[in-house]
Amino acid sequence: MTSNSLVYLIALPLFGSAVLLLAGRRCDRWGHLLATALSAGSFAIGLYQFLQMLGRANDQRAVTQKLFSWISVGSFQVDAGLMLDQLSICFVLLITGVGTLIHIYSIAYMSHDRDRRRFFAYLNFFIAAMLLLVLGDSYLNLYVGWEGVGLASYLLIGFWNQKPAYATAAKKAFVANRVGDMGLSIAIMITFATLGTVSFAGVKEHAPVASTGALTAIGIMLLVAATGKSAQFPLQAWLGDAMAGPTPVSALIHAATMVTAGVYLITRSNFIFDAAPTAQLAVAIIGAITLLFGAIIGMAKDDIKKALAASTMSQIGYMVLGAGLGPAGYAFAIMHLLTHGFFKAGMFLGAGSVMHGMDDEVNMRRYGGLRKFMPITFATFGLGYLAIIGVPPFAGFYSKDKIIEVAFNAGGIKGITLGTAALLGAAITAFYMTRVVILTFAGNKRWDEKAHPHESPFLMWAPMVLLAIGSVASGFLFTHGDALRNWLAPVVEPHPVHEAELLSPAVVSILALVLVGVGVAFAIVKYLRSQVPQVAPEDVSIFTRIARRDLLQDEFNEAVFMRPGQALTRTLVKTDAAVIDGAVRGVGRMTLGSGNLLRATQTGFVRSYAMWILIGAIGLIAAIWVVTQ
Amino acid sequence: MNAANYLYVSALLFTIGAIGVVVRRNAIVIFMCVELMLNAANLSFVTFARINGNLEGQVVAFFTMVVAACEVVVGLAIIVTIYRSRRSASVDDASLLKR
Amino acid sequence: MTSNVSWLTTLGLLPLLGALFIAALSKRNELAAKRVAFGTTLVVAAAAIAMAMQFQRDNVDLQFVETYSWIPSFGINYAVGVDGIALVLILLSVLLAPIVVLAGWNESSGGRWSVKTFYILLLVLETMMIGVFSATDVFLFYVFFEAMLVPVYFLIGGYGTGERSAAAVKFLLYSLFGGLLMLASIIALYVLSGEQGGHTFDTTALSHLQMSSTTQNFLFLGFFIAFAIKAPLWPFHTWLPDAAQSATTGTSVLLLGVLDKVGTFGMIRYCLTLFPDATKTFTPVILVLAVISIIYGAFLAIGQTDFKRLIAFTSISHFGFITMGIFAMTSQGHSGATLYMFNHGFSTGALFLVAGWMISRRGSSKIADFGGLQRVTPVMAWAFFIAGMSSLALPGLSSFVSEFLVLIGTYTRYPVAAVIGTFGVVLAALYVLIPVQRALHGPITPGNESLPDLNLREKIAIAPVLAVIVALGFYPSPLLNVINPAAAHTIAQAGFTDPLPSIDGKAGK
Repeated sequence: MTSNSLVYLIALPLFGSAVLLLAGRRCDRWGHLLATALSAGSFAIGLYQFLQMLGRANDQRAVTQKLFSWISVGSFQVDAGLMLDQLSICFVLLITGVGTLIHIYSIAYMSHDRDRRRFFAYLNFFIAAMLLLVLGDSYLNLYVGWEGVGLASYLLIGFWNQKPAYATAAKKAFVANRVGDMGLSIAIMITFATLGTVSFAGVKEHAPVASTGALTAIGIMLLVAATGKSAQFPLQAWLGDAMAGPTPVSALIHAATMVTAGVYLITRSNFIFDAAPTAQLAVAIIGAITLLFGAIIGMAKDDIKKALAASTMSQIGYMVLGAGLGPAGYAFAIMHLLTHGFFKAGMFLGAGSVMHGMDDEVNMRRYGGLRKFMPITFATFGLGYLAIIGVPPFAGFYSKDKIIEVAFNAGGIKGITLGTAALLGAAITAFYMTRVVILTFAGNKRWDEKAHPHESPFLMWAPMVLLAIGSVASGFLFTHGDALRNWLAPVVEPHPVHEAELLSPAVVSILALVLVGVGVAFAIVKYLRSQVPQVAPEDVSIFTRIARRDLLQDEFNEAVFMRPGQALTRTLVKTDAAVIDGAVRGVGRMTLGSGNLLRATQTGFVRSYAMWILIGAIGLIAAIWVVTQ
Repeated sequence: MNAANYLYVSALLFTIGAIGVVVRRNAIVIFMCVELMLNAANLSFVTFARINGNLEGQVVAFFTMVVAACEVVVGLAIIVTIYRSRRSASVDDASLLKR
Repeated sequence: MTSNVSWLTTLGLLPLLGALFIAALSKRNELAAKRVAFGTTLVVAAAAIAMAMQFQRDNVDLQFVETYSWIPSFGINYAVGVDGIALVLILLSVLLAPIVVLAGWNESSGGRWSVKTFYILLLVLETMMIGVFSATDVFLFYVFFEAMLVPVYFLIGGYGTGERSAAAVKFLLYSLFGGLLMLASIIALYVLSGEQGGHTFDTTALSHLQMSSTTQNFLFLGFFIAFAIKAPLWPFHTWLPDAAQSATTGTSVLLLGVLDKVGTFGMIRYCLTLFPDATKTFTPVILVLAVISIIYGAFLAIGQTDFKRLIAFTSISHFGFITMGIFAMTSQGHSGATLYMFNHGFSTGALFLVAGWMISRRGSSKIADFGGLQRVTPVMAWAFFIAGMSSLALPGLSSFVSEFLVLIGTYTRYPVAAVIGTFGVVLAALYVLIPVQRALHGPITPGNESLPDLNLREKIAIAPVLAVIVALGFYPSPLLNVINPAAAHTIAQAGFTDPLPSIDGKAGK
């Protein structure tokens, strides 16, 4: 089926962004309203499409729109085409829905910033690029959105780029993303060379006849792309620094939507991964490593945004793990992605609200006891907290437990290892999230006399409340009658799978709950029962110190890539001047030198010239004589 | 008398002239030595004309004399001018082309 | 196809007429000289667009052909004509010319010679550029190829900055050296054609010559080295940073944007079609050089402290991509390479123009002397940023389409080269974002507090360039449709066909 309105989903926010950037200061007064309205307009179109989709049979739901032929050279044909199916609509609603809420939140949050218009222009641009990412009907269209969101992320992380550290964080994010993008670009090349097409439909059709080797290569390269965009191990280092951006950005881009693009990519490419078990296993392993990696970092962070960022990394690890478990896991990965979009965005907005009331203080050791001063923020943050640690009946309980369950049931040592990692991650999540809540909202006051914590204005808390509702209800809605799984089945699970159950759902839930309880109890003992110092204690174990430094991820990158790279650059610059240009200048000098040498024979004395002429003449005659003899 | 003897004289004259050009410093003397070499060549031309029994060599000798006359005019003028400006007729003093 | 109007000759003569007109003006009337130069370039651009409208896209033969006997005793003709590739490059030249005149309105003064001379040289250069792309007689091509050096030499040496004389001489000697090698090859071709049925310099006739493989290899090298110096390919690149650093902004734009394309254009037009067998022999070596250029140019760009040298080195990296696309011998690689030439002219041109304005305002070309320009001069900062994004081939901007076509076209035949080339994409992010961060971001550093933002003239000059960059990123078809038939024809002439997808043998089993 085709639909002509898909393009407006993208065009509206793109138009907003163009107007806000081109009109400049002239639209300072109404720019943010226009941007919000256009984002809401996109949401309305998305909702309309969703309702239309509900009215059609399950295998008739996907709609497409071909705009024009984008690149056409020989057999390489790529249309500027859009495709909205059951998978993309989930994303469209998440992006435009949460996006609009965050637009509204930002109107108040950024009201004192003189560049608020520019901020909204970037937000609108992000929405457009992210929609293109999920709506593109081929890998190349996806790639355009993929780099577009990278650019938006770069611009928004560096929104306050007059601070050098923020500008550096933006650059770091862009470069790390580019490394991932390189993977995507190579994946597209292999796809074209192997299958002769890069559209999703074409690849899906031809993939079964391709060799496993080629598919594995494509899968691994797609995984590289996903690790870059979704801050997965080993390209995870940029996410913590990305918290330099304004908090609404952290909520929208670096929690709810952009960083989950990697999960979208893997799920969208299910036809490749399902035919390449090695690549699929690599996805699951990367997910498992990252979910622990992020969780461990989260335990040691005192900066509330960085703690939440580490948590995001860890939660995306769950999603990637889910997506790496094949047809059984895709739906739950997407479900966790959606529920996470609600509760993590809500918590980030809560963190923004706290910072708003605390003069932009981000150190949790300087918070404490805020629940009395910010009741709404506390309530919404608390609901998000219950959702993320997986307490029934909140959203995270449904989605996360399902991933753990599928991991255990993956079979053999693989299943037990991945399942154990996921369970352990759940316990650690409970610990560090409880720590965040206690340090921020409970315990004694640790802030300055100058700070006057207060509740945020309506425009800020209203989106938080809506997101909190989502964190409470979404899990139940998605799992009720396997709603989401059946919805996605035509895309990700063409043939129903029945796997042997190692652990029944009830057992997994009980195990998880027990471990979560242990994590929560530990945190309560450590942070609620004892005084929390304002300054982080120095006499801590080596493990804590390493965790505080993000498990040495920056040190590793610096030692392995940055310093050798800089040394190589310096060497090459010197070599270029000395060797290559040196050789060129050497030729010039040689010419001059030989001229100087020959010049010595030019004495200026007429008689010596005459002598040479004479010798020359005699020599010539002698030569002729010798030759003619 | 053997015509070759003229050639020996010519060679002798040419050698004397050449040595004079290389050895002497006075521009006038060098100039006269050059004339000597030209005339040695003339002698050879005439001798060969005589041996071969045609007039071409003699004609060339006339040409040479004309060229030598022109040369005398230009050359002496240069030498006189140099002498006027530098108060010396030594060719070693006139090494301006070196730099 | 013959046309009643001698389009190409007219196009080439127009700038010369303008130059003559300027020559007749009084020396003091500088404004009139500028106006005449700008008007002339505009007229030429309009005429070229009108010509392009007449171009038949699906016809792979040379079009707008004109042939007049020039030196009959040597079989030399004044013969011109264009295919899709040449047409695109002529369009690039004549579209950049008015922008260069407008953008560098004041850079003509303060040189060694008068303002008038500057514009005469510029217009003569425009004629040469049109001639070099449209010549179909090898001798005529050679004449334009070498004659082009003269105005550029004087433009660099007379109006540049810093060590301009040294840079101009370096540029001239490098190019002459390559040109002489090419001349030797051309003479050899002439002699061979005499042995095989009549002396000629006609490109089409020469492509049917029979040659032993040794002869072909040597003649190929004569041409190729000339073009590799011009392009420039590693390790023949060191003249470019010096020349770009010393030349005025406008000259640099034409140098990087158009003149260097003569090298890559020559590879397609002469190396490939005249010596298909030698091309096959040398392709592995050339691909290695191209890949080295990509990576090496990018690393060197990262290590530069001077804006102009940085941009010059990014171009070396980009020319590596173009050369790789040409010698990949696939239709994607070829079309991509030609499109890349066009896009590179605009994106690097924009980058150089904005950098030139920044440098003339600040009085220094050191990156370290700038800081916080985003706050002081937002429009200029945005222009630089967009041009930079185009340079790193951001999807949605024009360079992406061409760079990706080159990569994907190379991958189908030479996967390793394409994968290594892709690393250049990551390095591109670094060489663009590092100067962006140093110059545009961060606190406003001393000396930058009161730099003026772009004025109306500069905005008018840069706006169409950025518009083209964005428009072609989303809709490259107008150019691709012109390029594709010519590129496919060249590939077929060189005896190659596109590799098939690897599943094709297996499908249906």
